[in-house]
Amino acid sequence: MTKEKSDRKVVIPGEVIFEGEEYLPGEGTEKRENKIVAIRYGLAEESNGLVKVIAVSGVYQPRRGNVVIGKVENLTFYGWQINIDSAEGAFLPLQEVPGFVSKEELAEVMDIGDMVAAKIIGVSGRGVDLTIKLRGLGRIDEGLIIKVNSNKVPRVIGKEGSMINIIKEESGCNVTVGQNGLIWIKGEKIEEELLVKKAIEFIIERSSSHGLTEEVKEWFDKEKKEMKK
Amino acid sequence: MTKEKSTAFKRPDGRKVDEMRKMSAKVGIVPNADGSAMFSFGDTIAIAAVYGPRKMHPQHSQNPEKGTLRCNYSMLSFSVSDRIKPGPSRRGMEISKITEWALEPVLMLYKYPNMVIDVHINILQANASTRCAGINAAALALAHAGVPMREMVSSVSIGKLDKQLVVDLNKDEEDWEEGEGATDIPITLTQDGMLTHLQLDGKITSKELKEAIELAKKATKDIYEVQKKALKDSLNEEEDK
Repeated sequence: MTKEKSDRKVVIPGEVIFEGEEYLPGEGTEKRENKIVAIRYGLAEESNGLVKVIAVSGVYQPRRGNVVIGKVENLTFYGWQINIDSAEGAFLPLQEVPGFVSKEELAEVMDIGDMVAAKIIGVSGRGVDLTIKLRGLGRIDEGLIIKVNSNKVPRVIGKEGSMINIIKEESGCNVTVGQNGLIWIKGEKIEEELLVKKAIEFIIERSSSHGLTEEVKEWFDKEKKEMKK
Repeated sequence: MTKEKSTAFKRPDGRKVDEMRKMSAKVGIVPNADGSAMFSFGDTIAIAAVYGPRKMHPQHSQNPEKGTLRCNYSMLSFSVSDRIKPGPSRRGMEISKITEWALEPVLMLYKYPNMVIDVHINILQANASTRCAGINAAALALAHAGVPMREMVSSVSIGKLDKQLVVDLNKDEEDWEEGEGATDIPITLTQDGMLTHLQLDGKITSKELKEAIELAKKATKDIYEVQKKALKDSLNEEEDK
């Protein structure tokens, strides 16, 4: 955290981040004459001359490669429209579903109201394209889905997945975290699923404290003792 | 000569002619909104909440060229000493529209075709300059929601009491009756000194109006610092915890 503080700074729209020709404007920034100016609120970061502003608030912004969880909103002739809680709508085309699906049987694979875990393969001006051709993706049939603030998702996952691995190990549940803030918890027993839900709520509440992974381990020990009683 | 005037002129609350009321600002006050902020000038308190960008409904209102900004200003019934009827009013609708116009030039709405950004401004407590406090709060809330903006905007009301220009009117000054009476001029500016909004009803010469804008430029510098501090503090606090 201390390292993060030294090379990242909070910027507001219109603020000059760097001055000089050697810098390039990245995401969330703009070049005006020889100045790099922030166009959104967030943390400014510079690497090899490329300056970008990392978002810290606001609605979820879809990015290629993100795994998201969404709800089927509508069926078309060519695929499914999925609501992923972002400003743009998302689309899952027929070709991106494993196996052959006849155009008449779309509703049998996924119907309106079904939840689905998918990966973003492209973000264009018109919307977001999804795929479920990978392991662990597809329609969600059972388990628990909870919603958290999408800006807190990195905390739930932790550094290189440290936090999410603790949750999985301690609870024995399978947890899929969508970058859009929806989290799918699937366990053997409902008690285990609820424990994960409680753990995630605990993480969100204390999301800004240091050494949270250790704290979460202790929290699990305490909770498990209480459950046995 | 102006200096002589300023020392001679007495404002009802004893402020100097270019002195603002105490300002305060805070972001992130509405947990369910995508962005939110509070801004106050003395006893005037405004809160703003931003929802979106999200898809515009109904579909026929969508603009495929650029996103839409929708503001909603309302004074809460307990904001003034005489209870005011809650709900939309002629005045509220006008100020909502004015707020949209004041904010739109700095927003990069072309990034959000077919979408809408909703800004709800509520006045908790009113002591004149409510639209300015509302615009300041809305600008903060939009920044907090991560909406791309070319710049921040800051708004202040300049008043002409009889023949004297003053900054940041309060209710007593708004009702000034001596001499030529009061003229209220709400002005919204960016940090580059670009005007996005200016309203005027009353009597003023063009020379005085230019002076008023210069006065507003000075005043908005202070407001900008308050806004900047509010945004920076909210993130730094979170990291310090």
